[in-house]
Amino acid sequence: MILARRYPVLVEPEELLDMLSSKDAILLDVRKEEDYIQGHIQDAISLPLAKVLECMNPKQLYTLFESVGIDVNNRNSRHVVVYDDTFGALASRVAWALEYIGYEKVSLLSITYSRWVSLGYSIEKGLTKISKPVTESTNNTDTNDSILATYEYIQSILEGIKQLQHGSISSRAVLLDVRERLNYLDHHIPHAINIPWKAFAGEDRILKPVDEINALLSCRKISSDDEVIVYCGSVGTLSGLSYYALRLAGYSKVRLYARSLKEWRSLNLPVEGFKDAHYWDLSAE
Amino acid sequence: MQKQQENLSIKHTNGIGKEEWGLPEEVTSVEEMVRLYRDGKISEDEFRRFRLQHGMYGSRLSKDYTMVRVKVPAGILYPEQLTRLAKLSEDFSIGSVHVTTRQNIQMHWVYLDDAPAVERGLVEVGLTTREACGNTVRNVVCSPFAGICRNEPFDVTPYAKALARFFLRNPMCQNLPRKFKFNFACCDEHSYARIADVGLVPVVKDGADSDGRVVRGFRIYIGGGLGPASYLAELLEEFTPEDMLLPTCMAVIRLFDRLGDREKVHRNRMRYLVHDMGFEKFRDLVLKERRIVLMTRSVLARLHIREASIDAPDTDDIDLLELKPFNAPDGFHRWVKSNVMDQKQKGYAVVFVPLPAGDVTARQLRALASICREFSHEGCVITTPTQGFAIRWVMKSRLVELYKRLSEAGLANYGALSIASVVGCTSTTSCNLAITNAHRLAKEIRSRLIELGLDMDDALSDTTIKISGCPNSCGQHMIATIGFFGAAVRINNSLTPAYNMLLGGKVGKDNALGRIVARVPARRIIDVILRLIDVYRKERVDGERFASWIDRILEGKGTGNIKNVDDLKLIIEEASRLPSPAEDPESYMDYGSDSRFIVRTARGECAA
Repeated sequence: MILARRYPVLVEPEELLDMLSSKDAILLDVRKEEDYIQGHIQDAISLPLAKVLECMNPKQLYTLFESVGIDVNNRNSRHVVVYDDTFGALASRVAWALEYIGYEKVSLLSITYSRWVSLGYSIEKGLTKISKPVTESTNNTDTNDSILATYEYIQSILEGIKQLQHGSISSRAVLLDVRERLNYLDHHIPHAINIPWKAFAGEDRILKPVDEINALLSCRKISSDDEVIVYCGSVGTLSGLSYYALRLAGYSKVRLYARSLKEWRSLNLPVEGFKDAHYWDLSAE
Repeated sequence: MQKQQENLSIKHTNGIGKEEWGLPEEVTSVEEMVRLYRDGKISEDEFRRFRLQHGMYGSRLSKDYTMVRVKVPAGILYPEQLTRLAKLSEDFSIGSVHVTTRQNIQMHWVYLDDAPAVERGLVEVGLTTREACGNTVRNVVCSPFAGICRNEPFDVTPYAKALARFFLRNPMCQNLPRKFKFNFACCDEHSYARIADVGLVPVVKDGADSDGRVVRGFRIYIGGGLGPASYLAELLEEFTPEDMLLPTCMAVIRLFDRLGDREKVHRNRMRYLVHDMGFEKFRDLVLKERRIVLMTRSVLARLHIREASIDAPDTDDIDLLELKPFNAPDGFHRWVKSNVMDQKQKGYAVVFVPLPAGDVTARQLRALASICREFSHEGCVITTPTQGFAIRWVMKSRLVELYKRLSEAGLANYGALSIASVVGCTSTTSCNLAITNAHRLAKEIRSRLIELGLDMDDALSDTTIKISGCPNSCGQHMIATIGFFGAAVRINNSLTPAYNMLLGGKVGKDNALGRIVARVPARRIIDVILRLIDVYRKERVDGERFASWIDRILEGKGTGNIKNVDDLKLIIEEASRLPSPAEDPESYMDYGSDSRFIVRTARGECAA
């Protein structure tokens, strides 16, 4: 059981500037390094998402985050704020990875880098500063498994979800596919429901206001008592954003299937889809 | 008759005259009814009646999803409405929306439980789904040329909007025997008036009032419609003055409500009533009923005609044919030729945005919204009967700029005013009634014609191709030069997706319904069309156009090798032939499918 977050999901630009000026925060830019060099928020450290995805185990994640100065085992370490320029999805995936290794003092910048620039906030160019790595690295590799869903975990609850759909049990788990509607119709993990990730995304902010997110979920009769497992098509980015939408809305039992459908398909696990219509031909893409 | 003048009030308003069609309380009732239905508190039938009244139409072979049809009177959409549709389509639908032949916007594969959220989003920007489906007065269609057409005696748009406003939620038309359609034309040439229950063509009459002034009025056509059995509407009387517009429409609806068939679901459109009774008799009843309406109607029963004023500065005219700017980007001339037309107003043009079978993405809708703000001096776009958009009141001097902007958004497609503007209903992509995938077929034909540059051929510019996936005619195949409707046929012992082919349909002055001439396998349609064009090019006389040649052949007056329709049928048959299923299995599959063809349909709710 996860407790409600002690740290906000979103940090506003003005709050970030305050935190940075009082040296209270570590700001991570998770875009590609070449984009970072072209311009980034002042004082940001470059940590491209790809490097996080390359980590094959918790130990490597620890080492990676420590290399950019995050003292993962120290609760008094600085507040980490993450941003990207891809709707907040890449930032979410990195923030989730930090939470996964037990570092919960992490937030997302409420807007994307482009928005930051268009609002006239200052940026700087050039190579990343050499951040001071954490020297006293521990061998701790604890993880917060309560926010992760593996394929085995999903398999283990599928039967429960099935029974739930037939109304026979009361404890609730919801499997949430956040890909676009046509992808979902085509195929999805059995018993998953679909809310496209864009439904969580705001017009100018990476996430909609809490009441709008809650309205979406209550339409689907999902409540904050439910355990919700989110997944998307590839590596848990768009579902990562959706993970934080749920956390923002006060959901405490949320898990990210970080390897998402990409893994599920590669393991030839069962999927279901709707085959009675040529819906793909309706797309104007 | 003069006494009735008081029942038509004309107000001149400033600004663009945006209407609020939606009602916030309807969001609440949609919410409530969806909840009751999901909780099993109301029956399937009760819920169906409600949801159709509120624009929710069942999705193909699924109970969990709905199609949401947004009613867009006269096809008028404002930029903030376009951006809202974009967002709603991403959040709750498939990330694109569909423009229909009756100027509606459809969102497909919406999860039923999300429908209230969609409804709320629409109402917030003045849109509604109310009476977009169901047995009521459907969207009031209005020519996209209204207000800018050279031939029109006056702009009918304010009348279309007023009529839509009058009948929307009006108790007199909430439970008609069947749906009821109004079409406003701008002139005879651009008229779709004769394929509606009531079609209206504007006319003026000199000295028709007591002071000898010019009086506005309409030629009102009654009892038309397309479907498994199609009829062209007949003229009620030579001239119906504008103050008699509403009483006449009310009289027709009251008659239909009273006399229409509520039993035989496949024969309860008003056109069957008119046909069975005979038009002369029906006309007499309408005229009698109109007198009763005039004597008994409430003082509130009036049309509020609000003329919009347009903020368009005077500007120099430019001849579109002469338009050869030095900075014209690639494709500009072709685009102008097949998408841009003069308006009657000097220096301004209407720009058509053709969409593949009416589909447009959320990103494109957003681009269209900002383009509309920047380029249209009336500040809105209009949906068209060929499933596209019209951007009107564009200064001709800014066409290059506009072309670039549309290109960036993937909206500068060729061919809106050409043979390549192929109409296809949604068919098996979402509709319960569909036999074949007419939607994809329309897209395939369109891209092939453009690839071959046939959008540039003047002899084909008035040729139309329209396709429906079943006989119900949402794709308006009966009024196409070349029309198709879906069927399943057994060929070489294999069930095969196919189309009945019609020739010679047209709207406008010489309105005619197409004649069925052949049955063609889906995968041979493109070959057959190209073959016909080939033959025409050899056979044509004195530069006659394709459509005229077809008419001549249908009349049996061919002068070359093709004398009559039987000769033509042989050509079509030859181009339709399929190899055996073993040799070419793909020819026996429908477009968009990689498996054996099967027919699956379910109960229709909207079209009969």
